[in-house]
Amino acid sequence: MSLVQVEDISVRYGARTALSRVSLSIEPSEIVTIVGPNGSGKTSLLRAIIGAIKPFQGRVVQASSLKIGYVPQKLHIDETLPITVSRFLKLTGGIIAADINYALTQAGVPELEKAQLSQLSGGQFQRVLLARALIAKPDLLLLDEATQGLDQRGSASFYQRIETVRQDTGCAVLMISHELHVVMSASDRVICLNGHVCCEGTPAVVASAPEYRELFGTGTGGALALYRHEHDHSHQHGDHAHDHNEIAN
Amino acid sequence: MIRAGLAGIGVAVAAAPLGCFVVWRRMAYFGDATAHAAILGVALSLAFSMSIFIGTMVVALLMALTVSVLSGRGYAMDTLLGVLAHSALAFGLVAVSFISGVRIDLMAYLFGDILAVSRVDLVVIWGGAALVVALISWRWSALLTSTMNEDLAHASGIDPKREQLVLTLALAITVAFAIKVVGVLLIAAMLIIPAAAARPLSKTPEGMAFVAGIIGALSAVIGLRAAYVFDTPAGPSIVCVAAFTFLATSVFKGFRSSV
Repeated sequence: MSLVQVEDISVRYGARTALSRVSLSIEPSEIVTIVGPNGSGKTSLLRAIIGAIKPFQGRVVQASSLKIGYVPQKLHIDETLPITVSRFLKLTGGIIAADINYALTQAGVPELEKAQLSQLSGGQFQRVLLARALIAKPDLLLLDEATQGLDQRGSASFYQRIETVRQDTGCAVLMISHELHVVMSASDRVICLNGHVCCEGTPAVVASAPEYRELFGTGTGGALALYRHEHDHSHQHGDHAHDHNEIAN
Repeated sequence: MIRAGLAGIGVAVAAAPLGCFVVWRRMAYFGDATAHAAILGVALSLAFSMSIFIGTMVVALLMALTVSVLSGRGYAMDTLLGVLAHSALAFGLVAVSFISGVRIDLMAYLFGDILAVSRVDLVVIWGGAALVVALISWRWSALLTSTMNEDLAHASGIDPKREQLVLTLALAITVAFAIKVVGVLLIAAMLIIPAAAARPLSKTPEGMAFVAGIIGALSAVIGLRAAYVFDTPAGPSIVCVAAFTFLATSVFKGFRSSV
């Protein structure tokens, strides 16, 4: 049974249509990436899935008792709000100290427990948000350009972390990314969005689709080369990604 | 004098957690608009000879709901609140002047009349304060989550609109019972100043609400004492003490971060 089934939804903001007749479903333990140009409705799609916006038509069906972990694109903490990392993680409810330590370790930042949220660097903050998403042991992790503001090394290690989390917990991942090289090597399935679903399939299929090439141009040849390269040699180690990133650019 | 002190502490206790949310969510003007609308509530209560507590609460609630609804529609919020807050005050003052036959001490509603608090008033104040504190403690985690990020709240199954409504309701109740103590013009001050003064001293949201409560209560007691000694108006004296506390904790913060 699918974790989430998006059935023919359209989303409108006033007169502007952000999404038109989009359908997709997410299966357990798969990593799905949404790519698309700015304003293509990627964030709207995620927000419709968590229920933050009501689709104008169609519906979103969640599996019963589905637990979602959500990492927003950006989270601004008002300077007037004092809060420690551990208190922030406890907001989820029913959380004990061991859960906090476990989630922070999984996110790769076990030392930050007592830090003030407003004092964290961009990379630390994203990892704390990841810990917040993981702490309730979600079945589905939603990441909205979670590596925004991170340098290339930071985002590469962030995505490695996601892959590790999937292996450890078996949760499915639906993420938005504009870093095509990462998308191509780390996803089971790619959905190319531009108001509607342009094309969809394994990374290789999408990368060679004419709709995708039209949107992203020939600059993505490197990304595809990277993908082929990695998979032809059946490398499973993430650490090669660094070298490949150089090629991809 | 003891009754006045207890009334001031009651207001401080309810205003502390609520005021923290007002500060965190940048709703200072929102608090102002709600409080200023209360004077219209006073006029209506007198005109229809009903309880001032009920009248102010209803009008404050209507005002708060109007602002909440409009804020979701992308108007320029600061302008809109400026318009609503001050016109509510002006309409209220005009409406009060129409009520003939009743001699009203307008100053008592604008600046409060804490020394005239009766036993019944005290019951209303403490009842209202208990209600507000209970409401906010009950929704605390959900309120905090939706204050930090609405999408995060949605993903955890929290409806941020409902939480906003809880705050709106708490604000209307607070305005209604605090009017007697500090008056409509200074209610927002009792919400914001203790919370802002508590910020440099706190590491967690709960800590900030707690410290704000202490600062508010101390300001009430010291302010009343000062009003008695210097023969100054009680409500404004309380706010002055709170403002001095804010100054002190801000300086303390500056000192601490410079060493």
